[in-house]
Amino acid sequence: MRERALNKWLIGAPPLLYLVVFFAIPTLIMVAASFRYAGDFGGLAPVFERSEDGGTTLNLTLENYQRFFSDALYAQLFLKSFGYAVLTTVFCLLIGYPLAMLIARSPKRHRDLLVLLVILPFWSNFLIRVYAWMIILGPQSVFVAAFNSLIGLAGLQPMRLLFTPFAVVVGLVYVHLPFMVLPLYANLEKHDPALLDAAQDLGASAWQRFWRVTFPLSLPGVFAGGALVFIPAFGIFAIPDILGGTTGIMIGNVIKQQFLDTRDWPFGSVLSMILTLTAIALAAATAWYARRERALA
Amino acid sequence: MKRRSLWLWAAAVLAYVFLYAPLVIVVVYSFNDSRLNAQWVGFTLDWYRKLFADEEMLTAARNSLVIGLVASIVSTALGTMAGYAMYRYKLRLLPILVVAPIAIPEILMGVSLLIFFVGINLTLGLISITLAHIAFCIGFVAIVVRSRLAGMDESLVEAARDLGATPWGAFRLITLPLIMPGVIAGALMAFTLSIDDFVVTYFTAGADALTLPLKIYTMVKISVTPEVNAVSTLLMLLTLALIVVASRLAPGALRGR
Repeated sequence: MRERALNKWLIGAPPLLYLVVFFAIPTLIMVAASFRYAGDFGGLAPVFERSEDGGTTLNLTLENYQRFFSDALYAQLFLKSFGYAVLTTVFCLLIGYPLAMLIARSPKRHRDLLVLLVILPFWSNFLIRVYAWMIILGPQSVFVAAFNSLIGLAGLQPMRLLFTPFAVVVGLVYVHLPFMVLPLYANLEKHDPALLDAAQDLGASAWQRFWRVTFPLSLPGVFAGGALVFIPAFGIFAIPDILGGTTGIMIGNVIKQQFLDTRDWPFGSVLSMILTLTAIALAAATAWYARRERALA
Repeated sequence: MKRRSLWLWAAAVLAYVFLYAPLVIVVVYSFNDSRLNAQWVGFTLDWYRKLFADEEMLTAARNSLVIGLVASIVSTALGTMAGYAMYRYKLRLLPILVVAPIAIPEILMGVSLLIFFVGINLTLGLISITLAHIAFCIGFVAIVVRSRLAGMDESLVEAARDLGATPWGAFRLITLPLIMPGVIAGALMAFTLSIDDFVVTYFTAGADALTLPLKIYTMVKISVTPEVNAVSTLLMLLTLALIVVASRLAPGALRGR
């Protein structure tokens, strides 16, 4: 038994140590940074300040949080990012649900291939996938030309698509779609087809079979997929940075700005903290809801 | 029933088109003899030639490869240990620390590591990028290895122990060969994640270090030419090759994420 305990440490300690040093501690430092003052030349001011009479004072403050809550600009930005992430989640669900359903209902031997086809684009570089939309929505794009001549028929002025909130949401949906499809598929695949047959025998229409049997049963998958899409979409900065122009910026862009341009690290930390806490709260709420659903079922 | 599955098929085909058309467009325009990603003018390999004449691009590619190799080797060793420890022992902290970097918004890891590296006076550059990549790769390797262990027949290890193998001997001769496909799949996954990473790299790179994603980002932000398409196409080919190898070695491992 002694040997077992020793092995446990020999095997478990190196990765644990690495993750403590390069993940847990940096995260805690960031939490602490949100209560510190900004340095004179950016970065962080020292926590302890030696005064002239030899004593030291502790330099911590709530100012950064006050700044966040006193300026409506930041709350608006959070709300806007929240809205984009919600839209993204909804569109991923609308596009991903039929896809997941089709895969779950196709013959077993095809399923693995169909799932792989959903994952494959996800493994290509993230920037490439965003860049692709820059081409598609760009001013020289044949798609935009076609779109504009189409809305021209309806008497509308040609529209610019790139560097708009629309482009941001399209990019977000594109990048996050697999995160929605996979949990949905994992759920739908487990459904017992006999339930649908029973519903049909009892006279349920196709729509009723979907809305009253399949969909309620798939809710845990919907919530899991929703969380997997929403959380990364909420904090993203590269997509709005590339596709959003000035009107499409999100909270992630402001965090990036605080850290790399303005170099106000304490305030950047406050924004990151609030972002993360929101994400964790939502994930916890989703998990709680999913567990309750399961318990009720 | 028939009409309904037709409707489902149409929606699913559209979804697949949505997933693939953008990538196809990137590839097609990489062979287009025009500076603009608009009209098809004619076939050319010029953008690929430009790529291989671009010193900065070559440096970026070299950096990405070195970082990817080091990060995948170290994270595979640590991740395999973590996966094994999580499978074999009851642990409280490790499973949380393994999953947390995957679950939280990526930007958080980027900024916290930036503060951390500056705080310990480490010059930002290739080393800080590599250290950061290892941190987010460990979890992926650990998850793949653990799922492989879970599918292993435990009685084989017990038999080896009964026949007098030491715990280490049983691990080396029985467990390790059995989980090897998972370990290799994890390593390839780590390499892909490292070579593709943008967000964490962006925050931990400092002013001078350049990797392929950082270079692509600069080009996309400043001057878009089909050179971006060309490098993207090559990067996609590389990823695809790695995926094919990984899926041969450990079917199902790719669904780890």
